[in-house]
Amino acid sequence: MSSELDDLYQDVILDHGRKPRNFRKIEGANRQAEGLNPLCGDHFKLYLKLDGDRIEDIAFDGSGCAISKASASLMTSAIKGKTVAEAEAMFARFHTLVTEGPDKVSMADLGKLAALSGVCEFPTRVKCASLVWHALKSALASQPTVVTTE
Amino acid sequence: MVAQVHPSPPEAEVVRLHRPVHEAYDVERVRCDFPILARPVRGRPLVYLDSAATTQKPRPVVEAMARFFDQENANVHRGVHFLSERATEAYEGARERVRRFLNARQASELVFVRGTTEALNLVAFTFGRARVGPGDEVLVSAMEHHSNIVPWQMLCEERRAKLVVAPIDDRGVLLLDELERRLGPRTRVLAVTHVSNALGTVNPVKRIVEIAHAHEVPVVVDGAQGAPHLPADVQDLDCDFYAFSGHKIYGPTGIGVLYGKAEHLEAMPPWQGGGDMILSVTFEKTTYNRIPYRFEAGTPNMAGAVGLAASLDWLAALPLEAARAHEEALLAYGTEVLSSVPGLRIVGTAPDKVAVLSFVFEDIHPHDIGTVLDREGIAVRTGHHCAQPLMQRLGLQATVRASLGLYNTRGELDALKVGLEKVRRMFA
Repeated sequence: MSSELDDLYQDVILDHGRKPRNFRKIEGANRQAEGLNPLCGDHFKLYLKLDGDRIEDIAFDGSGCAISKASASLMTSAIKGKTVAEAEAMFARFHTLVTEGPDKVSMADLGKLAALSGVCEFPTRVKCASLVWHALKSALASQPTVVTTE
Repeated sequence: MVAQVHPSPPEAEVVRLHRPVHEAYDVERVRCDFPILARPVRGRPLVYLDSAATTQKPRPVVEAMARFFDQENANVHRGVHFLSERATEAYEGARERVRRFLNARQASELVFVRGTTEALNLVAFTFGRARVGPGDEVLVSAMEHHSNIVPWQMLCEERRAKLVVAPIDDRGVLLLDELERRLGPRTRVLAVTHVSNALGTVNPVKRIVEIAHAHEVPVVVDGAQGAPHLPADVQDLDCDFYAFSGHKIYGPTGIGVLYGKAEHLEAMPPWQGGGDMILSVTFEKTTYNRIPYRFEAGTPNMAGAVGLAASLDWLAALPLEAARAHEEALLAYGTEVLSSVPGLRIVGTAPDKVAVLSFVFEDIHPHDIGTVLDREGIAVRTGHHCAQPLMQRLGLQATVRASLGLYNTRGELDALKVGLEKVRRMFA
């Protein structure tokens, strides 16, 4: 098995893909967005409970590949309790990580998101990892619309 | 691969029909025509199982196109000069080559287009627009590719007509009695695929045309996946339109063909306006050219047409029955190999199929399967295959699709199985 493949499907990714965290619907969510990848049919719904500027709760449901599901699981874990500004800064770091690679970003700031460091070697899978992040951006901008990665 | 014999044509046919299949088809020899098959991918030998997306191109096709550019290139139908004459001969020669391939009555029934998608749009927005009015119906099947759904949907929206769908069973077989039941007094067009791109199902087009014609409904056939694998004799099928793409039949991208019965093409309004599709233009009135030129506005894809003709020549030079038998044997072998993989389910089990193997594996997402196989040098398609309504009907989000061509081998199907075991080890 190629080492790039092992970097992509790290144990953390496989674990979060199999047993995604925050995989539920939030009743009474006050922000919501959908992420749809028309290329492969991945489809997630993201639910947020915003308390002022703070993301009090965040969860998702839907279906998709191991990468998109693990990314959603890691993202929701990483930004729960954070402020909107902190979440946006996290998005920027994540984006740099999956498009430019782990050398371009401080791994310490990424926390568990660092498990997605192998994605940059797989250009066709960047969309999978980014899907739910785009949904987050849409939810935070209060545009409760379907976002796509196409 | 074929012994040099020069008997009179009828004898040649006899020789071909009686040659034992396994002797006549030498797949290794065929592979030699495709340099790309010899290149390594990700450090491994390429296993190309994505021919339904696009086939690889044999050397004679690439060489014919290079020769056209090197020796004959000029604009067609315009210049009085030598090269324009040669280019026109090459382009119109390609049209005649396609006529023989489809057994059309006359070359003017063949319109060169970019591909099947453009052909279907052309029919929808000329023939369809003139024929379909408010309250009318367009009938399609549940297994259509988006390109044989969306143009009709757009037309129905524009004309306030209704898109009606003929259902399939769980194996992916079109239900003919259900189809016939939906051919009502308001049905203006039936659009159906020859072969399902996602499942490989072969539709009995000749029978479908008989049924539809009994209800006086014209039939548009999407031949993108049919023409590369099956005889596409438009007189025998008696379809009103037949569309296919060059790049799925060992030819280049950017060229395809719309066949239409002359009586239809003659009656159809033009589609795109421009040069070559006119006889005369004044600011008051334009007189349109005769068929097929009326539908070929602008400078056409001349090299593409030449490449397509070369691909049809290349196919014709193969021992055809043996080549088809090779594909059938690959399908049978692939079905057997995949069926022996625990947790794998083949999607699309129609009794009449071409060499397409769509499947799901455990609960592993097809995208993840595709990525792991890719690292083994194996190219498969994953996703909904531009047939989302079909996927919904089958209760699936996506499948993995291995689609085979004339150059594939049993060994490659064995490699697929080995690759799938690696997928299992990674995700199980």
